[in-house]
Amino acid sequence: MEKHVVVIGAGPAGLETSASLSKLGFRVTLVEKEEATGGHLKKWHALFPTLLSGKDALESITKELNSTIKIQTATKITGLEAVNDYFTISGHNGWQEKADAVVLTTGFQLFDSHRKEEYGYGIYENVITSADLEELFASGKEFVNRHGNKPERVGFVHCVGSRDEKVNNLHCSKVCCITAVKQAIEVKQLLPDAEIFCFYMDLRMFGRHYEELYKEAQEKYNIQFIRGRLSESTEDHEGNIVVKVEDTLLGKPLRIKVGLLVLMAGMEPRAGTKSLTTMLGLKNVPDGFIQPVDEVLRSNFTEIPGVFVAGTCSGPKSVSDTLADARSAALAVADYLKS
Amino acid sequence: MEKKPKNFGYSVTRDRQIDFDANNHDICKIVTKAEPTLNLCISCGSCAATCTAGQFTDFSLRQVILLLRRGETKDLDKEVSKCMLCGKCQLVCPRNVSTRNLVIQISKALCDNRMSAS
Repeated sequence: MEKHVVVIGAGPAGLETSASLSKLGFRVTLVEKEEATGGHLKKWHALFPTLLSGKDALESITKELNSTIKIQTATKITGLEAVNDYFTISGHNGWQEKADAVVLTTGFQLFDSHRKEEYGYGIYENVITSADLEELFASGKEFVNRHGNKPERVGFVHCVGSRDEKVNNLHCSKVCCITAVKQAIEVKQLLPDAEIFCFYMDLRMFGRHYEELYKEAQEKYNIQFIRGRLSESTEDHEGNIVVKVEDTLLGKPLRIKVGLLVLMAGMEPRAGTKSLTTMLGLKNVPDGFIQPVDEVLRSNFTEIPGVFVAGTCSGPKSVSDTLADARSAALAVADYLKS
Repeated sequence: MEKKPKNFGYSVTRDRQIDFDANNHDICKIVTKAEPTLNLCISCGSCAATCTAGQFTDFSLRQVILLLRRGETKDLDKEVSKCMLCGKCQLVCPRNVSTRNLVIQISKALCDNRMSAS
């Protein structure tokens, strides 16, 4: 009989895993809790480092799905259990399936920037998040701040909700540094007269062509990088945001006014992921991401035979890392089901 | 006759904060135009590590560049004058900043600024 795999979560990881499994000859059901597939990529205007359009990327990934893959949207998983050598999976709407293997591709949630109250998100109108900025880019509307003005200065705050034990996130979200560089360039392209500042603790340009993009940001776009973590932001009488930071390379506190402040919201494990791992009886680790058997050698395997993991539910990843991880998970599943 | 301010036996402590909005950013703009490789500096400090002047004084080109970028130009001419223009920093710079010309351009811009002010 044809083996059946259920993939949970239809973001880039779930879509790519499903397409790959289908090409390998397995019957695949892809379950998604939202109405539409695509995950965060649906709302992302452009991807680093090439500025590939998010829409084109999603279209290209989705194109690989064939008609034999069953896509079950608007279904929240309420039951997930290992029974002998198969799994039973059920949804809130009565949907039920049996599967020979399960792949968890539940992704991440963006850090809720309201939680860093001192940065003023939700309090001052001209404090927005990196995700808000992507939506603004995608809208194609004129680039103005919430007061309808073209900001003369724009600030980017790195590590919002990352590397911060005050919000219980010790981890680095990995993609925000390069996203800030990308977004800074995009803002400068829209507002050539604006001055752009990035406030960072470290610049982690780990991927291919990231350092090149950073250099381009400095050389071509005159974007300024100030090393230091914001202590707080306040609003002046004109609606500008006044930022307080230590310039740690000069060893002096610094105050600067910007017309728009962008918070680089980090990646967190999705709240729903924990309920799935609990149903399965997988061990929950302190950072909340799913723990593979071995992070180096067996990154797609969990402690439970037949349960696999791909994408950002096992830790922050870029889209390209996620797609590679998804294809690797499909091979791990194939190996498991054919033995 | 000018009246001398009365000495009350205490003084006001000056704020250490860099007030970016109040600072003068013209010098940085002039220098960037004259030596665009200034933008490439990543504050790694290799220039200061190899600097002979820095072994005997508190001169640091990394620090000078940061002060320039923040518009903290008040005491900058005194700082830059410590450089002997030997060019060792240019040999070690990983981003190929033209450090020697940069120092010359900073001195020049500061000098021009002083001339036009007086």
